[in-house]
Amino acid sequence: MPDKPLSFQGLILKLHDYWSRQGCVILQPHDVEVGAGTLHPATVLRALGPRPWRAAYVQPSRRPADGRYGENPNRLQHYYQYQVILKPNPPDQQELYLGSLAAIGLDARLHDIRFVEDDWENPTVGAWGLGWEVWCDGMEISQYTYFQQVGGLDVRPVAGEITYGLERLAMYLQGVDHFSELAFNDPDGPAPMTYGEVFLENERQHSEANFHLYDVETLKRQFDDMERTVPELLKGRAPQGQATVLPAYDHVLKASHLFNLMDARGAIAVAERQSYIGRIRELTKMCAEAWVANEGADA
Amino acid sequence: MQAQAARDLERMARERLAAEGFIPEALKTFAGPRRLTLVAEGLPLAQADRKEERKGPRVGAPEQAIEGFLRATGLSRDQLVERDGAYFAAVEKPGQPTPAIAAEIVEQIVRSFPWPKSMTWADGSLRWVRPLHRILCVFNREVVPFQIEGIESGEVTQGHRFMGSAQPFRARDFDEYQDGLSRHFVLLDPEERKSVIMDAARTLAFARGFELVEDEGLLDEVAGLAEWPTPILGDMDPAFLDLPPEVIRTSMRVHQRYFALRDARSGFLVPHFVTVANIEAEDGGKAIAAGNARVLSARLNDARFFWEEDRKIRLEDRLPKLKGVTFHARLGTMYERVTRIEALAAELARFVRDDAPTREKAVLAARLCKADLVSGMVGEFPELQGIMGGYYAQAEGLDPEVVDAIRDHYKPQGPADAVPVQAVAAAVALADKLDTLVSFFSIGEKPTGSRDPYALRRAAIGVIRILLQSRTRLPLKSFVSDELLAFFADRLKVLLREEGQRHDLVDAVFALGDDDLVRIVSRVNALDQFLQTADGANLLAGYKRAVNILKAEEKKAPLPAGEPAEMKAAPPEEAGLINALGHAELEIGKALKTEDFEAAMRELAALRALVDAFFDKVLVNSEVAAERDNRLRLLAKVRDAMGRVADFSQVAG
Repeated sequence: MPDKPLSFQGLILKLHDYWSRQGCVILQPHDVEVGAGTLHPATVLRALGPRPWRAAYVQPSRRPADGRYGENPNRLQHYYQYQVILKPNPPDQQELYLGSLAAIGLDARLHDIRFVEDDWENPTVGAWGLGWEVWCDGMEISQYTYFQQVGGLDVRPVAGEITYGLERLAMYLQGVDHFSELAFNDPDGPAPMTYGEVFLENERQHSEANFHLYDVETLKRQFDDMERTVPELLKGRAPQGQATVLPAYDHVLKASHLFNLMDARGAIAVAERQSYIGRIRELTKMCAEAWVANEGADA
Repeated sequence: MQAQAARDLERMARERLAAEGFIPEALKTFAGPRRLTLVAEGLPLAQADRKEERKGPRVGAPEQAIEGFLRATGLSRDQLVERDGAYFAAVEKPGQPTPAIAAEIVEQIVRSFPWPKSMTWADGSLRWVRPLHRILCVFNREVVPFQIEGIESGEVTQGHRFMGSAQPFRARDFDEYQDGLSRHFVLLDPEERKSVIMDAARTLAFARGFELVEDEGLLDEVAGLAEWPTPILGDMDPAFLDLPPEVIRTSMRVHQRYFALRDARSGFLVPHFVTVANIEAEDGGKAIAAGNARVLSARLNDARFFWEEDRKIRLEDRLPKLKGVTFHARLGTMYERVTRIEALAAELARFVRDDAPTREKAVLAARLCKADLVSGMVGEFPELQGIMGGYYAQAEGLDPEVVDAIRDHYKPQGPADAVPVQAVAAAVALADKLDTLVSFFSIGEKPTGSRDPYALRRAAIGVIRILLQSRTRLPLKSFVSDELLAFFADRLKVLLREEGQRHDLVDAVFALGDDDLVRIVSRVNALDQFLQTADGANLLAGYKRAVNILKAEEKKAPLPAGEPAEMKAAPPEEAGLINALGHAELEIGKALKTEDFEAAMRELAALRALVDAFFDKVLVNSEVAAERDNRLRLLAKVRDAMGRVADFSQVAG
């Protein structure tokens, strides 16, 4: 352990530095609301097709139903995931991952680091894979998956995905019990800020909006609009003849977020749920197929 | 999954070795979080030579076909044998060296291993449960060389990921392998891992004056998660002890896979836990204990949030939410199910304890029994269903009988589980299970073979055990279809057989068409005792004899109807039996009415000597038709009198 635990941003910088050294492209977050780092086009779309790809990025993730007005110690409706995607997965991916834990100051000879078998799936994007939850002293700190399918299509070559829950990991490293107490930057610097000072107000306002303010009818209409937009955009062609998948996929993400908002508003009956998820999966599948076709045309 | 993988590996190796003519002295498999191991002991250096007969073309087939066959077998024409119009060749198959066969077998097993879910990785097409890194394969201290998709077999393996040198080491036989692993901090044998965990965990508990809350399932699970299992005792904030103990234990078990500890005398949980780490840490596990304690606190904080929030909403007020919970696509919502259970509980209460308060409490408990399904806590821990409902009902100040009924209505869940016998609880538990059974039978979802996805067998056994233990006299026929009644009969047979009861006696009693399980079982028990006496056994023989005669006569002509009469000149044995039967019938009728089956059996026992004497001295098949008819009537009367007590024709012996 270093003398002083990493601040929240220090943790991000260390991971950037580490994965950068492993040849990853260090990306910035995608600028559309997503529920998880996996949904960034750098993962969902780049996992498909034959081309190698290594990227790492932070992704703000929105889970409207998880909002607790900032009161729950570790549940937020807006939080950060650190996402690494390695395609094809290198044979020493687990060692690389353990290297990243060492880089952020987790000593594997002092802590109990465990790979607990886990079958991962995300039905909204038609994706599944096998891998592990990674536990450190009984806490899940990462999700580690070998993607087998995305958008209903086989991932060949297989891509390895690593996702770190940044708040939780930072709380562990800093030894604090509530996310709002996390040191966001250097607590001994000239302008120390806690996570709460940066984001507590964000949690309060969005929790209120997620649970009470959004107009359900508007959300439904917007969802339908997005659903119509995706196939329309997929018909478009860029100057080199490629289908306009990337703009289409952004609208899948918007549809997915609208679904999550409706869910938080309690507007989705149990029976409707599967149907909405199926609709989003269908849109993702269309994009995935178009993406693979583009990649094929490119090769 | 690991235990299944070990079994599959053993089976596949056994089958393939046998197919190659090998019978190993011992075949063992081991599974763990990072490796799957097979060891076959006592294989010969090579396969024995084998003779094989191969069938060739028919005699008189074109010359080309015969020549082709000769080439293929390497024989000359005069070595072929003619039989049944075809050529046969006796081919010597020289035995292969064992390593060559081992290489083949390993590759076959790896390529066709039945993982429940498997994956590919990187650019390869091999499927395995997770990426396969290494294959160590040695025979007679030599590497068995082969390659599967770029993975070359070798004599090298690696121990613990973090402890020791973490460097690969060589192993050329099983002892070197197992010893090497344990020197590199890996216990190969899951049984050894389990015993290490139990010993260390018990010792940790004992040293603090506590007792480990043992849990077989959890032990299996944690033994599969660690290669060098190291139990560590951690502390829990005692403030959490105000949560229900079931909540604490479930959170520990389900989320964290910790063992709970209790006070050896009082049995109450103590604010500590045992976690099983995969490492002997350099600081003796201090950081691990502290880290785990913090995680547990976060979990219990969540649980406390649910515990506090849930109690703000009355169970009654949760009911509308059940309309949004599907019970089964074809059986409607949970709300509809609750409505059915409520109606059933009202009906059933009458049979359990026939008074108005019981009925009212049963109806209330039935209406509220599923409300906890939409509480926060049960959403988080589905296994706490019922238990939380009980706590919430108690917090609302509901009647203790209602509280117990809500808490216990899923019981009994297994042979070891307690059976609710108090009136209100029994009525609601019965209603819950009968609704499940009746509903699923009504849509044709019946258990078949080993498939019983809705646990209907368990539900039926539950109904039976509640009825028997609470001695509830329920006319099952007015609640279930004939098909379902037959299902109950089968379950009862299974249950009684497990208790060591003869199943033919169950059949003998069921054949009477009764549907009151309490009565059926006491009849079976009385019958069993009766048949164990000399009188019982002899009377059964007499019964069989009578029935056989009646059957034989029935084939010739219809049996004479009517009552036997005391005929003049009849032998005293005939008259004596007629008299005794008249008396016995009366007494049996009385005994059956009061369900005193022992008394009914005693009446039968009293007939035994007379029946024996009758067969001894009297010839049924008299030449005098009137005598013969009268005696047949008498035998029919014996059969019928006994038939009122049980269907003795179903009794073996």
